[in-house]
Amino acid sequence: MPDPSPQNVKNADGSAWPPVSQAPVGPRPFKLILKDLDEPGYTPDIGCYQRHGGYEALKRALAMPARDLPDGKKLSPQEALREDVKASGLRGRGGAGFSAGLKWSFVDRRSGKPIYLICNADESEPGTFKDRQILHKDPHQLIEGMIISCWANDVKLAYIYIRGEMPHAAKLLNQALKEARAAGFLGKNILGTGYDLEIHVHRGAGAYICGEETGLIESLEGKRAYPRIKPPYFPAVLGLYMCPTIVNNVETLCHVKHIVLMGPGEYAKLGTPNNTGTRIVSLSGDVQQPGYYEIQVGRVTLGELIFDKNFGGGLKPGRSLKAIIPGGSSSKVLKAGEVFKLNRKGADGQMTKVDVPLLDLPYDFDSLQQAGTMSGSSAIIVLDDSRSMVETLGNLSEFYAHESCGQCTPCREGALWLAKATHRLCHGEGRKADADYLTHIAQNIQGRTICAFGEAASWPVLSFVKKFRDEFEAQGAADEAARAKAPGSASSASHPSNATRPAAGSLQTH
Amino acid sequence: MSAPAAPSNPPAPAPAPAAPAVETMTVKVNGKTVQVPKTMPDWQGKPAPTTMLQAAKIAGVDIPHYCYHDKLPVAGNCRMCLVEFGTPMIGPDRKPVLNEDGTPKIAKSVLPYEPGTPRGAIACATPISPGMEIYADSKATQQMRESVLESLLINHPLDCPICDQAGECKLQEYSVQHGKAGSQFVETKVHKPKAVDLGPRIVLDDERCILCTRCIRFTRDIAGDDALGIVNRGSYNTIAAFKPGHFDNNYTLNTVDLCPVGALTSKDFRFKMRVWFLKETKSLCTSCGTGCNITIGSREGVVHRYEPRENDAVNGPWMCDTGRLNYRWVGRADRLKEVLRVSAGGARERVAWNAALESAAGILSGAAQGSVAFVVSARQTNEELFLLKKLAAHTGALTDSVPRDGEPDRLLVSEDRNPNSNGVRLTGMAFTEFGFNLPKIADGIAQGRTKTLVVFGEDVTRLGIGPELLAKLDALIVSDILPNATTAAATLLLPGAAHAEKRGTFVNVKGRLQKFQKAVEAPGDARPESEFLLELVRSVTGQDAPRTLEGLFNRMAAEVPAFAGLQWAGLGDAGVTVQI
Repeated sequence: MPDPSPQNVKNADGSAWPPVSQAPVGPRPFKLILKDLDEPGYTPDIGCYQRHGGYEALKRALAMPARDLPDGKKLSPQEALREDVKASGLRGRGGAGFSAGLKWSFVDRRSGKPIYLICNADESEPGTFKDRQILHKDPHQLIEGMIISCWANDVKLAYIYIRGEMPHAAKLLNQALKEARAAGFLGKNILGTGYDLEIHVHRGAGAYICGEETGLIESLEGKRAYPRIKPPYFPAVLGLYMCPTIVNNVETLCHVKHIVLMGPGEYAKLGTPNNTGTRIVSLSGDVQQPGYYEIQVGRVTLGELIFDKNFGGGLKPGRSLKAIIPGGSSSKVLKAGEVFKLNRKGADGQMTKVDVPLLDLPYDFDSLQQAGTMSGSSAIIVLDDSRSMVETLGNLSEFYAHESCGQCTPCREGALWLAKATHRLCHGEGRKADADYLTHIAQNIQGRTICAFGEAASWPVLSFVKKFRDEFEAQGAADEAARAKAPGSASSASHPSNATRPAAGSLQTH
Repeated sequence: MSAPAAPSNPPAPAPAPAAPAVETMTVKVNGKTVQVPKTMPDWQGKPAPTTMLQAAKIAGVDIPHYCYHDKLPVAGNCRMCLVEFGTPMIGPDRKPVLNEDGTPKIAKSVLPYEPGTPRGAIACATPISPGMEIYADSKATQQMRESVLESLLINHPLDCPICDQAGECKLQEYSVQHGKAGSQFVETKVHKPKAVDLGPRIVLDDERCILCTRCIRFTRDIAGDDALGIVNRGSYNTIAAFKPGHFDNNYTLNTVDLCPVGALTSKDFRFKMRVWFLKETKSLCTSCGTGCNITIGSREGVVHRYEPRENDAVNGPWMCDTGRLNYRWVGRADRLKEVLRVSAGGARERVAWNAALESAAGILSGAAQGSVAFVVSARQTNEELFLLKKLAAHTGALTDSVPRDGEPDRLLVSEDRNPNSNGVRLTGMAFTEFGFNLPKIADGIAQGRTKTLVVFGEDVTRLGIGPELLAKLDALIVSDILPNATTAAATLLLPGAAHAEKRGTFVNVKGRLQKFQKAVEAPGDARPESEFLLELVRSVTGQDAPRTLEGLFNRMAAEVPAFAGLQWAGLGDAGVTVQI
C-alpha cells in the first residue's frame, strides 16, 4: 500500500483526502447488470430485452453438455452449471454475502420432495435501492437468471417475493412472466427441452422482516412472517412447505445469467479474489450525486465512491465527512479518520497486517468485515458534519423498533427499549448515563435472537455509541443540566420513580 | 380377622423384552459427563435428535424455559433456555485438536463477529453433538438469563399481589432464581389491553403476557382449533382470538395451565383463591370413560378447581373443559346428608348408620333367592361394585347398570360418559349392554317377584321403573349423592360420598386401572360407600372382610380375575393396564 499523503480536501477529523492508493481499474463504474437498463429507449418488455441479447444465456444453459471430470466422474449439465456458479465465486448480494454456489450445494436433493426457489425481492434495508432498478427497468434479466438457476437446481416451481411497496414492479414482473411464457421460456417444455417451470409473483404486505429468508418463507406460506429457528429449519432442507428451498436475492440471480454468458473463469476475473463480480452500490446521504453505481467488487474504495466525480462527486460545499454507514442501515458505522488493520497478502504470499485508512477501504465483502462492519446490502449512507449522531441513531432505532416482528424476547423488548431511550435523548430527556444504558441494552440483543434482526437493531447502537460516545454523553449532560435549572427538576425522566410517566413527546411507533 | 388374601408372593413381572440397543453419545453438562441417547421423543413422541435441554435433564440439570413444553412443537422464542456451550475443536486436517493431557480441546461458541463474547444456543431446539459441553451455570449463561428476564419484566405490570398466577408463576420463580433485583428501565411501559374476553371461559391480560405462544400452539396443534394468533408488531405484539370472544373449544382451559404467567386466567377460578392455600390431591375426572388424571385443589373442605395431572398412558398433560368444570356438584347445598328410614308407620325418619345398616342387613339376609334386584351405577368404584356383587350373589339377584353415552371428540372425550363401565363389567355387575336387565327388573317388580330393589347412584324412575312400580316394593334401599325421584321413594336412604371425598379405583375405557385419593370430607352423615358396604357384607354374608380400603382392593384383586396379581400399593399414581 502506498503511503497516505496530504491533499487539499479535508475530512471532519482533519485526515487527508483523496487516498493515494489507486485501484487497478480506477474509480470507474463497471456495468454488467446495469449495462442496458438505463440506456435511452430501453424498455422493460421482452422485445427490447431480446434485441439486447436477452435469453441467449438461457438457451446456452439449457444446451449445456454433461461434463467429464479428470477424476472420471461425470457431471450432469445441471451439476456442471452448479459447479460453475461455485467456481465463479459469486456471493449473495442480499446482505450476508454468503457463497451462492455453496448455498445451492446445501440443498437436500435426496428427500424426494420438490425443490423450490424463491427470489427475495423484498428490498427494504434503509438506504438500499438497487434491486428496484432491475425490477422496474429490466425484469426479464431477473427472470432469465431465475429460469437458469431453477433449471440448475431441478426446480419446477419458483416464487418472486416482492416488497408490497413496489406495486408497479409487481405488475411489470407479471407482464414479463406472461411474455416469457408466450415466448416459450417459461411454462411447459421450455425451449423444447422437456423442462417445466412456473414462476409466481407474491407481494408482501409491508414488513422489513419479510426480507429475512425464513420469515419470507413463512409469509409466503400465508403466515405471520416470524423467522424460523435454525436448527432445524434451514431452508435448504426444511424450507417452503417443509421442502428444500433456495432463497436468492434479485441481483444474485441476475449474476447467474452473466456467469453462464462469460463462463465462471472470466466472471471471476471481475472484482477481486474471493470478492468476485460486480455489485450495485446504493449511495445516499450527504453526497453531491446520490444514486446507484455498479462497480467491480473491491476495485473501488469507499473514498472514491464518495468523492470521485464518477460516483458521489464529493460532499456538499463547505462540509466535511463525519461518518459512513457502509452496508445498509444495520451495518456498523465507520467514523471519519478511522484506520483499520487489514490482512493483506504480500508479494511473498505472506499475510501481513496493513494499516488502511477509512477512505482507502476497498469496497468489498472481506475488507469491510475486517474493518469490523459489513458491506451488507451495499448501501452507503454518508453523513457529514451537519448531522447529529444522536438524532441519526434515534431515526434508525425507531425504524428497528417498528420493524421488530416481536417473536423473540430480546429483540421484541430491546428494540423498542432502544428506541425509547434514543428518543429521550433526542427530546431533551437524556442522561449522561444513557451511553452505557444503550450499550447494555444492545449487547443483550445481539447474538441472542432467532434471526439476524437482533444484530441489525443493536449494531447501529453499539457502533454509534462506541465511536461517538462524546456526542451522546454531551447530549445527556446538556439535558441533565437543563433539567437541573428548570423548576420541578425532581421529575426528570432519569429518576426511576418516573419510569411509568410518559416522557415528553413519548415515542409512538405503534 | 385373617390377613387379606393377598398373594404372599406376587407374580414377578414378566421380564421386559430385550430393548433394542439405544445408540448413545457422551456430552458434558456443568462438567459432569453423561451418556445420552442420540434420539429422544419429540412432542409427538417421534424420535428426534436429542436436544441440549433433554441431555441436561438426564444429567439432573434443569434449564429454565418459558416457551418450551415437551408436548408442544418447539418455538424457541422466549430465549430463556439460552446456554453457553462448546464443541470439540476440529483442526484443519478434520481431526480433533487435543490438549496436552490428550483430552479433546473444546471450542466455546462465540459470536462470529465478536470472538470475545460467548454465543448461546437455545437448549430447547439445539441438538447435542458428540463431546459437546453445556455450561448451564456459567457466568455467561447466567448473564443471558438475567437479560432475558430483564426484557420480559420491563413492560410487565408487576401486579403480582392481584394476579391469580402468583405462587405458581414462572416469571416469579425464575426472577428469584435467575433474575436481578433491580432494573435500570426508566422509560414508559407499553400498555396493552386488560381483561380481554377471549372466550366463554378465558380472560386474557395482554400486559402480563410474555408471548411465549404456548396457548397458540396448543389450540392449533393439540386441540385442532386454530383460534388464537398474534396481532401487531414488536413490543406491541398482542395475543388475540381470530373471532373475538370465540375461543370456545372444549380444551381452552388447558391454555391457562400452559400459560407460564398470569396472562390467561380461568373465569371460573380467577380471584377465588390464592393458590398457595390449596391442598393438592391426586384424583381422577369422572365425567367420562377416559379417566383423565387430575389434581383437586381444595381448601377447608371446599373444592376450588381441577387441574389435569400428567399421565402419558391416559390424558397426557391435558383435560377437557367440561370435565374440569364439573366439580361444583360436590359442594351443592342439597347434597344427601342424612341417613333416612321409612318407619313402620310410613314416616321417614333420620336414623343412625348402625340402625340403617341393621335394617338393610335384615332385609337382605332374609330375602328369598331371586327376590332382590340391584341397579348400580358405573360411577361407583371397583371396590364398591365388588362388595355390591357379593350382596347380589348372596341374594341371587338380577343386576344391571346404566349406559350414559355422548358425542366423543378426537382428543380426550369418550363416547362413554361413565367413569367406570369396565369396572361394572369386570366385577360382574353387568356383562352385556348396560340396561339390558332393566326391563326384566321392572317386570319382576310389576309381577311381584322382586320385593327388594337396591339402587346405587342412579335414578331408576327415569329408566322405566317409575314411582308406581317402586311403590309396589317391600323395600327400596338407595344410596346416592344428590336427591332425585328414586331417593325420594327410598325406604332406606344411605348418603354416599363423591369421588373427591373418598378413595377408590376406576377402570377407564381402555382398561387403565387407576386410583384416586380423598380431597375433602363428605358432608353430614354421608360416608364413602365402600365403608358401609363392608359392614353390610359382613352382616349379610357372614364373610370376613378387610377393614381398610387397601385390604379391600387387595382382596378384590385376589378374587376378580382381571385384577389378578395387583396390589393397591403397586398401582402408583399413573395406574396399570388390565385386560378388559
